[in-house]
Amino acid sequence: MAGETLIEVKNLKKYFKVPTGMNHAVDDVSFTINRGETLGVVGESGCGKSTLGRTIIRLQDATDGQVLLHGEDVTTVTGKKLKQVREKMQIIFQDPYSSLNPRMRIESTVKEPLRLSGRFHSKAELQEETERLMNLVGIDKRLRASFPHELDGGRRQRVGIARALALNPEFVVCDEPVSALDVSIQAQVLNLLIDLQEQMGLAYMFVTHDLSVVRHISDHICVMYLGQLVEKAPTKEIFENHLHPYTAALLSAIPSTDIFKPMQRVRLNGEITSPINPKPGCRFAARCPYATEACSQPQELKEVGKDHFVACCRVKEIN
Amino acid sequence: MAIRFGKKQKGEDEAERTSVLWETLTRMVKSPSAKIGTFLFAFIVIVCILAPVIAPYGVNDMDLLHLKEPPTLAHPFGTDALGRDLLSRLLYGGQYSILLGLCASLFGNGVGVVIGCIAGYFGKTTETIIMRVMDVWASIPGMLLCILVSTVLGSGFFNTVLALSIGGVPNGVRMTRGQILGERSKEYIEAAQSINCSKASIMFKHILPNVISPTIVGTTMGIGGTITMAASLSYIGLGVQPPTPEWGAMLADGRSSMLTLPHLIMFPGLVIACFVLSINLMGDGLRDALDPKLRS
Repeated sequence: MAGETLIEVKNLKKYFKVPTGMNHAVDDVSFTINRGETLGVVGESGCGKSTLGRTIIRLQDATDGQVLLHGEDVTTVTGKKLKQVREKMQIIFQDPYSSLNPRMRIESTVKEPLRLSGRFHSKAELQEETERLMNLVGIDKRLRASFPHELDGGRRQRVGIARALALNPEFVVCDEPVSALDVSIQAQVLNLLIDLQEQMGLAYMFVTHDLSVVRHISDHICVMYLGQLVEKAPTKEIFENHLHPYTAALLSAIPSTDIFKPMQRVRLNGEITSPINPKPGCRFAARCPYATEACSQPQELKEVGKDHFVACCRVKEIN
Repeated sequence: MAIRFGKKQKGEDEAERTSVLWETLTRMVKSPSAKIGTFLFAFIVIVCILAPVIAPYGVNDMDLLHLKEPPTLAHPFGTDALGRDLLSRLLYGGQYSILLGLCASLFGNGVGVVIGCIAGYFGKTTETIIMRVMDVWASIPGMLLCILVSTVLGSGFFNTVLALSIGGVPNGVRMTRGQILGERSKEYIEAAQSINCSKASIMFKHILPNVISPTIVGTTMGIGGTITMAASLSYIGLGVQPPTPEWGAMLADGRSSMLTLPHLIMFPGLVIACFVLSINLMGDGLRDALDPKLRS
């Protein structure tokens, strides 16, 4: 089952109109995700990770480009077809405090997508499926009549996961699902996500800025900088043989627990380039220690090793 | 009834729709102030409905021997300039005033909430157009709109309700839309969208319950104003016509002789105040009962 291409993103663009011009939140991003695999998307705050996820699952409309689900473009579907597409692609949100309706009992929250899907014809079936889902994500039966504010963050996030899985999706965007949780609960929720992936054959797009989390869960990693992919490779490759100067700087920020091997931070100077009407060329050039004239030309993602793509014209000279 | 459902609620049928309604009502009555409000409201409504049975005199019976009389044993609330018993007229008048006040406030604010939801949820051009129209609407004095509508439509109960409610619409729209601005960026709205909720369902099932509280309070506060507004309407010859008794109209009648015959404005004023108070207390209780965070 694994290995078959599920999602293919081709030159996806999402621009926002702002008073001073166009905000290039996601600019020309392409990648594929296979069935049953996890793609980690990392990058600093505001680099367009979340927008990318939301655009793929049609919570926002793409400015340009394509998202293929089973080879079929979903960026322009509407009406009934859109509903079918949404059932296949779900999202787990970052903040379990605002992602649940505070006035709905958690049971109703989990039941709602089931009810809307129209798959269940009797109340008893609906109830049974709701209970199965809550059981699946590990929410105790006695909590079903609770309101979200009565639960802790981890349980709330479990409710959010149950809601996302209710429609039996094939692809789930996890938008920093653990960054709002305590570290002890983070591990529980991550393990739950991994178990569910094995059981249901889900593909994840795991958006995060927590590199240790992404290393734990991902098969492949995309590194984003200001709306563009700068490096894309299997997880092991990214951590051991990263080639883009931004990836190097990002990874050097992971704290080390080895006191005999002090951290060697790559410190970046300068301001982040504005994503509003950016110039062509490498967007990282303004902060890059290796930047030259050539970097003002548009950069292309080039394959440098097996499954390893880098968007840097000086990659050979640097490494 | 309420207690039976309350007990059942703890058991199996937790998510049943009727039990949610009953749970809210039982929770509302638990707060002491809401309890007082509910009893006061029920009392006023019941005695007004029973007016034909319990009123000591007919609504337009004139006692020509006791004109403009302060409260006596025969006329506990006194009589007016035509010798009509004030207590009887207040009882009968309640039938109009209560219905008029409640209908007009609920209708005006209800329409406002729906329009406000649409403006707040859709945003962009829809919102701009609706809000600019509301700005214009709100800039015309409520009384003037009222007079305009009742002149065009003529008198009569339903037309009066319409005329009185029209001034309340922009208020409801603004309040609801303002609340939605803070709510619409929250992720549960996006979540509802991703599980294929229809737009109407997102607006009314997900957003509305989270933004309705201030509007409930606003609506209950507005009922008193609506009753006095109805009085002003009948004062200028529109709305409910004399000799139909109506609280506001009775208050207006007594205004000219306020210093010599204070009972003519005291009793209608008191009744209106009690009624408005009871609704305010109930509205507060309802708001608290609807908020799951205050659930004990």
